[in-house]
Amino acid sequence: MIQFLFKGIIRDQNRSLLPILVISIGVFLTVVGSAWFKGVFSDMIDVNANFSTGHVKVMSRAYAENAAQMPNDLALLNASQLLDTLNAGYPGLEWVQRIHFGGLIDVPDEQGETRGQGMAVGQGIDFLSPGAHEPERMNIPGSIVKGRLPEQPGEALISNDFAERFGIGIGDPVTLFGSTMNGGMAFANFTVAGTVRFGMKALDRGSILIDITDAQAALDMADAAGEILGFFRSGHYEPEEALQLKTAFNARYENDTDEFAPTMLRLNDQNGLEDYIALSESMSGIMIFIFVLAMSIVLWNTGLLGGLRRYNEFGIRLAMGEEKKHIYRTLIIESVLIGTIGSVTGTLLGLAAAYFLQEHGISLGTAVQGGSMMMPEVFRARIGPETFYIGFIPGLFSMVLGNALSGIGIYRRQTAVLFKELSV
Amino acid sequence: METIIQIDKLTKRFPVGNGEFTALKDIKLAFRKGEFTGFVGPSGSGKTTLLNIIGSLDTPTEGEVSVLGQDVARLTHRQSAQLRNQHLGFIFQTYNLFPVYTVFENVEFALLLQHIPAADRRKAVMDALEWVGLADKAGSKPAQLSGGEGQRVAIARAMVKRPAIMLADEPTANLDSKNSHHILQTMKQLNKELNTTFLFATHDEKVMGYLNRIIYLEDGKVVKDEAVVAQGMP
Repeated sequence: MIQFLFKGIIRDQNRSLLPILVISIGVFLTVVGSAWFKGVFSDMIDVNANFSTGHVKVMSRAYAENAAQMPNDLALLNASQLLDTLNAGYPGLEWVQRIHFGGLIDVPDEQGETRGQGMAVGQGIDFLSPGAHEPERMNIPGSIVKGRLPEQPGEALISNDFAERFGIGIGDPVTLFGSTMNGGMAFANFTVAGTVRFGMKALDRGSILIDITDAQAALDMADAAGEILGFFRSGHYEPEEALQLKTAFNARYENDTDEFAPTMLRLNDQNGLEDYIALSESMSGIMIFIFVLAMSIVLWNTGLLGGLRRYNEFGIRLAMGEEKKHIYRTLIIESVLIGTIGSVTGTLLGLAAAYFLQEHGISLGTAVQGGSMMMPEVFRARIGPETFYIGFIPGLFSMVLGNALSGIGIYRRQTAVLFKELSV
Repeated sequence: METIIQIDKLTKRFPVGNGEFTALKDIKLAFRKGEFTGFVGPSGSGKTTLLNIIGSLDTPTEGEVSVLGQDVARLTHRQSAQLRNQHLGFIFQTYNLFPVYTVFENVEFALLLQHIPAADRRKAVMDALEWVGLADKAGSKPAQLSGGEGQRVAIARAMVKRPAIMLADEPTANLDSKNSHHILQTMKQLNKELNTTFLFATHDEKVMGYLNRIIYLEDGKVVKDEAVVAQGMP
């Protein structure tokens, strides 16, 4: 019987082509949309994690309360000891120190006189340790416009926009003016090793990147760090695991009343990312719901039209002794077949489009310029395991639902009028 | 000959507006195996309603109708579907073939419902198409057939499961004279060879020429029930 139905579906284009088209389009949109939103949200979360929040972050309690001000006077002391503890206690994460600072970059002329000055945000990260992952994590090698990564102490990267504004070249000296963690004035000279453009307005406006040891030396922060960031070694943020980690870590310092005692926050707790993560997690569900609803209405209508067109067929089948339940069941089986064909087609097309968007992305640089939020310029889709099956949910469900609704008419059919109906 | 249909005091009423319309009134009839019988009468006389009830497509308001020993009024939907599936064949005024399926597949469908194995199905379908002289059209689509051929496929579809009773409502109404006689001869031949009982509802005098028994209906009542000598093709 299935084979018989399948032949009918293949041959009767009115019965199959339109529903398959509708489902393929819906599934295509679901797959692409799902991969796209997953990619965009993941990119935004990754950018924030890599540049700012980590998957988890350890700070002093006092620093955490004023984190937006980058208060290095409240930084963690004995940072290397804490780092050892974290590495030993939580080997599933890679722990790195960072120092955020603000300051003024002074650009001298040939005589050493100030040629120009500009505000800059700075970060001290681990450039120079053997096997350091920080440059790759922040995609610095891919963001270099001119020059190279710092290879020795005293070298710095500055944002390309800043460099162009002040005519700074590779190898030129710049001076960082800032404040030490004790409130004193800090001066440090650096040689520009390269210029970078991250595609994020917040960073490209004016920034300086130096090695963590240089930052500690310049800001008088020996064995201190503003933040210690933890990254899951899988590279993916795991909210539940991070929560367990945070709870366990903070419990150890629960009874410590020192405002400099360390405290751990997870990514969700920072920069208002909780809402983004919730939205990212519910986006697939929202998309499925929208497409199921829209496609079900279209397919219900298609089913009703098909039911009218196949009125005689159902009548003759009833007269021949096929039970209403059986006709209804075959209608559902047909819808599963059509739904599967449409879902496979839509998923394949959707995967192809999602792959293209994953590899090439769409540049929204102009749209995101001027925003203060940390987000990438090029948005990409991301294909995950669910991309392969997510389209089947609306594809199959809406087809079956549409047919199940329209097929109810079979039960209302009066066999007593079949002779009259089938004689017209 | 055994009695396979027994109708006793059958009355059928339909609700019309606030009242009722009596389509059949106090009908008492019996049919033996192998009969070739027609219900004849003007429109509204109750011919089709009678076929509906015998075909277990409808139920009596009063009285009893027994088909192959089963009281149609007491059958569940499932049981009446089974009765039609196993023992009854229907031929309609229009052929009602499934347009996307071939002639072979149209005929085969009746056997699919009975879950008959593929090899047996194939043989039965080809036999049925041989009976109606359309074995060479097995691979054709209904749209490629003439009206007469379409009706012959419909007969093959009804006959393929070897039903005990065939019910035909104006089977020649859409056919020209030559095709009508061809169809009727085919049915008559099947009646003789397989001893299938044929019951017709008809206005057509050509059909009447083949019948062995004519039951005249008027306003829902049997006004005449006579055995006749079939004359066949003039």
